[in-house]
Amino acid sequence: MKSAMKPDMSVNLAGMQLRNPVITASGTFGYGEEFAEYVDMESIGAFITKGLSLNARAGNPTPRIVETPGGMLNAIGLQNVGIDAFIAKKVPYFRTVNTPAIANFFGNTVDEYAEMARRLNEIPEVSALEINISCPNVKQGGIVFGTDPDCAASVVSACRAVTGKPLIVKLSPNVTDVVAMARACENAGADALSLINTLIGMAIDLNKRRPILANITGGFSGPAIKPVALRMVWQVAKAVKVPVIGIGGIMNAVDALEFMLAGASAVQIGTASFINPGAAQKIAEDMEAWLVANGIDDIKSMIGALES
Amino acid sequence: MQFTSLILSNVEVSPGYWRMRMTAPPECAASRPGQFVMVRVNGAIDPLLRRPFGIFDVGTYIPAQSGGQSQPYLEMLYRVVGKGTSMLSTLHGSDLLDVLGPLGRGFDQGSPDEEKLIVGGGVGLAPLYLLAKELATKSKVRLFAGGRTRDDILCITEFERLGVECYTATEDGSLGEQGLVTEALLRRLDHIQGRAAIYACGPHGMLNAVAGIAAERGISCQVSLEGYMACGVGACLGCVAPGHSHSPDTPDFRCVCTEGPVFESGELKWGE
Repeated sequence: MKSAMKPDMSVNLAGMQLRNPVITASGTFGYGEEFAEYVDMESIGAFITKGLSLNARAGNPTPRIVETPGGMLNAIGLQNVGIDAFIAKKVPYFRTVNTPAIANFFGNTVDEYAEMARRLNEIPEVSALEINISCPNVKQGGIVFGTDPDCAASVVSACRAVTGKPLIVKLSPNVTDVVAMARACENAGADALSLINTLIGMAIDLNKRRPILANITGGFSGPAIKPVALRMVWQVAKAVKVPVIGIGGIMNAVDALEFMLAGASAVQIGTASFINPGAAQKIAEDMEAWLVANGIDDIKSMIGALES
Repeated sequence: MQFTSLILSNVEVSPGYWRMRMTAPPECAASRPGQFVMVRVNGAIDPLLRRPFGIFDVGTYIPAQSGGQSQPYLEMLYRVVGKGTSMLSTLHGSDLLDVLGPLGRGFDQGSPDEEKLIVGGGVGLAPLYLLAKELATKSKVRLFAGGRTRDDILCITEFERLGVECYTATEDGSLGEQGLVTEALLRRLDHIQGRAAIYACGPHGMLNAVAGIAAERGISCQVSLEGYMACGVGACLGCVAPGHSHSPDTPDFRCVCTEGPVFESGELKWGE
């Protein structure tokens, strides 16, 4: 019988050594500090900030969220404090925890993305950058950067040129060919790819004959999107050499381990943190317990170990 | 804090309105009036999100059997509006609930020499009972309870037991005077000699009217807002309300779950 040795939970992600593969997703974990009451911050692999921009953004009118069976739609409108307030008010907390902080950011133009990458690169407390490319390009008629391989590549190249920190690109699932997007970002210098961002969805109030969200459409997340996310992670992981971070409806350790089998080197916990603010910690603990119960001594052996 | 709560009772107090008593850790039983809890109605993924509920009352439960351990509890008063609250209403004593709280910023008691005017519409009375309980120990308290019909006027006897003078108004005249509760409030304000303070919770239209009255007469007014929220801890940013300087060009949103749910009415944008 195998002894219940503590399995090795650590993973290497684009040069970052994480104590385990569980990362909290952007937009679902504030700037970290909001969850300190509920999560032992040193029980998770890393945490990702709310999406940041050069200037503060107030976001969309309400209703901004609506629940649907097994999921939720959100149209927050990228509300965030802006880079200056982030540095002054949010970064000091990062010094108090021994867990990598990853800054998620976006821009309206390639130059804005590059400027954000340059500013974030100067912050020693920020361990890595995650680019949200699911934003409209205001200089090209509002086409979403993340839906066009050339647009996405130009953002990634511009950011790559100004930072030596690990650069993660968060892919949109609202594309015909996610593999083409993944390859374009990898070739442009991405160190890792995270996917999937939310699926664009819509909810309607029959009696009022109106959309429920003030923004009409919103990003769909939660357990309902997991099969789509698993499929895309599996497709992308086969096609690229850089590590893939699986995101999409992960509610528990079983979900997380399935993403690793599909090829993910790490996972992000999003909507689950809304329901249980301590979800990421619980998932990390339960993943370890699963490895122990199944006599597996290294989490890395799960990555891409899908049999077919 | 997050805790598992044992339901002690779950009773329909008026058609469509339920009152649930449940065990709570001492920290939660020490909630401030106006704070709320986020409740997961079951462990499945539909409904997915927790539901926010104002804390109606807190106290200590003493079991009928001798030797039973006394235990702090909290109560929620809720209206069945959808899938989540409908499921909640089917739960019984000894069922377990996953609860997060107490959350948010509660009511400020203000000065004891003010006459306290509490205005509640329908299930908006939920966070006002604990407030009345606290205020009635130091000040004269009057309650103005409004609703569409008498079914929407909840737990008035409990308020009366605190020594609170209650005025009721219904839109159909089935209980109290016919019309809006703000008319009774205005009449009282006309007679007040000294200082007064208003505390309100209810539908947006009612809060809008009350905030307008308070602003016009220069009376301090706190309102408790409802917000459609996913997390309750300031992360999802779903539940924001427009602040007083809000406009499309100068957006000013306040987070209901962490900056509220109680706000000074002057902090917010009204009249839309």
